[in-house]
Amino acid sequence: MVTVWDYLPYILEGVWWTLGLVAGGLALGFIIGLPLSIGQVYGHRILKLIVEIYAWFFRSVPLLVLLFLFYWGIFPATGYKLDPLTCSILVLGFRSGGYQSQIFRGAIQSIGEGQYIAARTLGMSKLQGIYHIILPQALRIAFPGWVNEYAIILKDSAICFVLGVMEILTRTRYVVMATLEPLLPYFIAGGLFIALTYGGTKLVNMVYEKTKIPGLIGRM
Amino acid sequence: MSFWESFISYLLQGWVATLEILAISIPLSILLGLSLAVARVYGNWLISLIAGGFVALLRGLPLVVTLLIVFFALPKLGIYFSPFWAAVIAFIMCSGAYQSEYVRGAIRSIDVGQSLAAQALGMTKIQEVIYIILPQAFRRALPGITNEIIYLILYSSLAYLVGVQELFSIAKHFNSLQFRPIEIFSTTALIYAFMATIATLFFRKLENKLKIPGLETI
Repeated sequence: MVTVWDYLPYILEGVWWTLGLVAGGLALGFIIGLPLSIGQVYGHRILKLIVEIYAWFFRSVPLLVLLFLFYWGIFPATGYKLDPLTCSILVLGFRSGGYQSQIFRGAIQSIGEGQYIAARTLGMSKLQGIYHIILPQALRIAFPGWVNEYAIILKDSAICFVLGVMEILTRTRYVVMATLEPLLPYFIAGGLFIALTYGGTKLVNMVYEKTKIPGLIGRM
Repeated sequence: MSFWESFISYLLQGWVATLEILAISIPLSILLGLSLAVARVYGNWLISLIAGGFVALLRGLPLVVTLLIVFFALPKLGIYFSPFWAAVIAFIMCSGAYQSEYVRGAIRSIDVGQSLAAQALGMTKIQEVIYIILPQAFRRALPGITNEIIYLILYSSLAYLVGVQELFSIAKHFNSLQFRPIEIFSTTALIYAFMATIATLFFRKLENKLKIPGLETI
């Protein structure tokens, strides 16, 4: 008789897929979100508007709808037949880019304008000022919000099971179908997500403590 | 009937169901958020521990897992809900847990002098919490609560997973008949974005309406 416990390694393997979704989504979101935030603060009027529309759209549409829109609609129509994993990472990333742009924008704006003016006075170019003076401070300030984003993407990654990505929840549902026993598999999945949420948050916070500049927050 | 005519009339049915879900879960999630926060701050150690554990659990679980547990796993324990109520209950619990964090932070941020003044006026603890602390804390927590309600509006689409005939599930069904995913899902996306934007504007207005001049400096 096969029990749920025999499937435990099978479910656990999903942790790697879930972490892959999270890492991919966070990284792509960072690559999109950081330039967008700089554009929104320092950019031209039209650039600001474009960033605002981007952030508005991706923050106001359910992930479920985005996944279906891109997987069945936009990617095939543009000639890309993507596998579920790649598509999910891209959608998570696009969406996180919208959220991360707002996290970074808030952080950049919380740094006094004097810092930027001082950089320009020292003869730095606009980009040098942003890169050497503003961003090192802004990224540290943005860190707590960014940790939150980890927890949000982690939990949203579970929704990618609708495309059949072999992450924790997809595997859990297969086990439920195979064993006809819903209770234990779902509790195992729940336990894994709780461990990843709190364990991951703790881990990232340790990095934060390491990169902290004493007295930075609260000085501005 | 043309594609758009039948699509829109279909979608409207789903939209009504989504609005029903939201009409029940938004007010009740706010109520749950307030109750959990009060229980954690003012309850004795046992109540505070239970409320805190509940919040930690619900904030650690993805909403979709909570929803599937409520609908598919709880019947094994003899607890049955219809799809609609399973969705509503999962949404209330999840959103309430997140909202309670903002309210708890807000309660803690109220100056202790307010509490002392209430006691000096002869108020009981319950009167103090209801008439003095919560009206101020709620105002401070409102921006956070608003965020959570926007999330709730978007995540209401998950109700499709347990078979509720709401906006997204109707759109998906219609797509399986017509297979025009770009038109169908982008229209659906815009309806959700419309709801989220209206809610944002409404709550910003509410925030301004409730604002007490000078409260921020206390």
